[in-house]
Amino acid sequence: MPKLNIQDLEEIRKKVRKAALLREGISNAKITVHMGTCGIAAGARTIMNTLIKIVEESGRDDVIVTTSGCAGFCSREPMATIELKGETPVKYSDLTKEKIIKIFEEHVLNGKIVEEYALALGSEREP
Amino acid sequence: MAYRTHLMVCTGTACVSCGSFKIKELLEEEIKKQGLDDEILVVGTGCQGFCAQGPIVVVQPDDIFYQLLSPEDIPYLVEEHFLKGRPVKKMMYTPPGEKTHIPTVNEIGFFNKQRLIALRNKGLIDAEKIDDYIGRDGYNALIKILTAMTPEDIINEIQKSGLRGRGGGGFPTGIKWEICKKSEEFPKYIICNADEGDPGAYMDRSIVESDPHAVIEGMLIGARAIGAEQGYVYIRTEYPLAISRLEIAIEQAREYGLLGEDILGKGFNFDLEIKQGAGAFVCGEETSLIHSIEGISPEPSQRPPFPAESGLWGQPTNINNVETWANVPRIILRGADWFSSIGTEKSKGTKVFSLVGKINNTGLVEVPMGITLREIIYDIGGGVPNGKKFKGVQIGGPSGGVVPASLIDLPVDYEKLTEVGSMMGSGGMVVVDEDTCMVDLSRYFLEFTSDESCGKCTSCREGSSAMLEVLTRITEGHGKEGDIEFLEELGYAIKDASQCGLGQTLPNPVLSTIKNFRHEYEAHIKDKKCPAHVCKALIDFHIDADKCVGCTVCAIKCPVKAISGNRKEVHIIDQSECIKCGICKTVCKFDAVTVE
Repeated sequence: MPKLNIQDLEEIRKKVRKAALLREGISNAKITVHMGTCGIAAGARTIMNTLIKIVEESGRDDVIVTTSGCAGFCSREPMATIELKGETPVKYSDLTKEKIIKIFEEHVLNGKIVEEYALALGSEREP
Repeated sequence: MAYRTHLMVCTGTACVSCGSFKIKELLEEEIKKQGLDDEILVVGTGCQGFCAQGPIVVVQPDDIFYQLLSPEDIPYLVEEHFLKGRPVKKMMYTPPGEKTHIPTVNEIGFFNKQRLIALRNKGLIDAEKIDDYIGRDGYNALIKILTAMTPEDIINEIQKSGLRGRGGGGFPTGIKWEICKKSEEFPKYIICNADEGDPGAYMDRSIVESDPHAVIEGMLIGARAIGAEQGYVYIRTEYPLAISRLEIAIEQAREYGLLGEDILGKGFNFDLEIKQGAGAFVCGEETSLIHSIEGISPEPSQRPPFPAESGLWGQPTNINNVETWANVPRIILRGADWFSSIGTEKSKGTKVFSLVGKINNTGLVEVPMGITLREIIYDIGGGVPNGKKFKGVQIGGPSGGVVPASLIDLPVDYEKLTEVGSMMGSGGMVVVDEDTCMVDLSRYFLEFTSDESCGKCTSCREGSSAMLEVLTRITEGHGKEGDIEFLEELGYAIKDASQCGLGQTLPNPVLSTIKNFRHEYEAHIKDKKCPAHVCKALIDFHIDADKCVGCTVCAIKCPVKAISGNRKEVHIIDQSECIKCGICKTVCKFDAVTVE
């Protein structure tokens, strides 16, 4: 390893920034893939793997991909919820690899909800 | 590789001793088994602070806090949470006396009242990876001082910040640096004092274990300011994990050219060496520490001259403690105004305390100066266990004193603690409850200091033994009229006549308990009673005839067969045989054994 100069150090910082932000929970967009048994059976893993790949390819270091349990609407799995900072979460259903790529590009990257795949706005809450 | 989730496994010494390396290994195994090893990263971090609940795993970015994990929990945890996305409630934290679990770190009282400067990277980085540190602004302050600040600017900034030594003395760091900078003698040295010796204190160990690069960067900044090219970290050999992480950190910093010659191409040279100490308490005193590095007997020397003028090998030397060094990069990066906006008039910033003793949430906490003891003990510490009454808190270890329960709303800073006869010290907080005997507690600290006295000054060497002898006599029931006054007189004489901090402060635990708990000393001496029921010579066990059902359990369990009685008849303890072990009281299901 050759000695670093200031620019090299900044390069390293840029490279590891995503990990640091993720650990601090800092994000502008959060994608939750519903990974109940039903979701997994319907192909949620493919959705998850695709997301991880396209998030990395996009170069965005402020997007978090996480999981949660069954969303309760098993017949419409795989499902994912997308929550942009300060906006109402949107649930998408009957996902495929192609659909999630489109949703990522339009909704996450450009802020436009893909209405044709959207199931509902908002998340259910405890009363 | 992009990971969606990072599992931050605490691998500080406390969690390691609870088996956290095994937990980490099992997590990695299970995650691989479930095919998740390209999405989930397992990271070993330094101490996350909540030592009472170890082993600990924090799931990021979701901030979910798992605690008291055992190896059997891991396969279920991995399948439920990481494969199926269902966080496992039963492994989450539930505060004492409550029924509902708290899922995230941010919602737990122990964490959310803390304010982190020295410990800002705890739980967020792998201490053995320099890149993790760099990702959290690491070595940014170094860039700043090498490109935009002169040594004078650095010292001004530190002075303006109001940073004071965190090792106990509380001397203004900037002034110390300035004196050393002014000296025309070369070479100059800087030293990090990691010889943490107070019983129950482990702030410095945890900082080195969780964020060694913060200490290195702080020392680089100090070296640049005073003009030193060589530094030493003096660390006790009983801290193997801290030493190994520091060695790795120094090696990585050298590889990156952050230690050595021409650092970052800016013509600045500095290198670091680790010196292991054998763990003598007196070596925390700066002149003794210097002698120890020089390879001679660690006895303190007369000051002045102070090390800033004539220290290691007679050269100008600047010594600061681990926590002080860890504060420096943040002050440089965020500015003196930011730092001095935290805290009280004369005590700026934060302080790390190790919260131990009779407290629910044992652990390491970093709080702003000026926070009240009540907030530390109840909001963060979760109060005293088993519904017992809070009696006081011993602050500053064997050099400090007890703050009684009546002063619970005292704001914690250097001045306020000194005013009430205690001291900040390095930050050990030992909480005591109604079951703690204050005479016995003082005796314990005196036993420690008389053992650790280097023996150079008669006042400290003989004085500590004489105090210990009287205290032991009192706890054994042979206290006499005049003992309290004798302890006070001798205590003040030792303070006046001893050369270094060890002797000057060793009477504090005794003097402060006499001041605040004189009635306990009097009860031992005059009434031959120990109000807390601790001193064995002063207590008797009896069986309450109204409550005893004659179950014979106590008679069976008594190790010296001092209890007699037939089945279904009231049992009796033979006082001449009883060794006061308390087993009968513990085993009695009918609460029939009483202590007087």
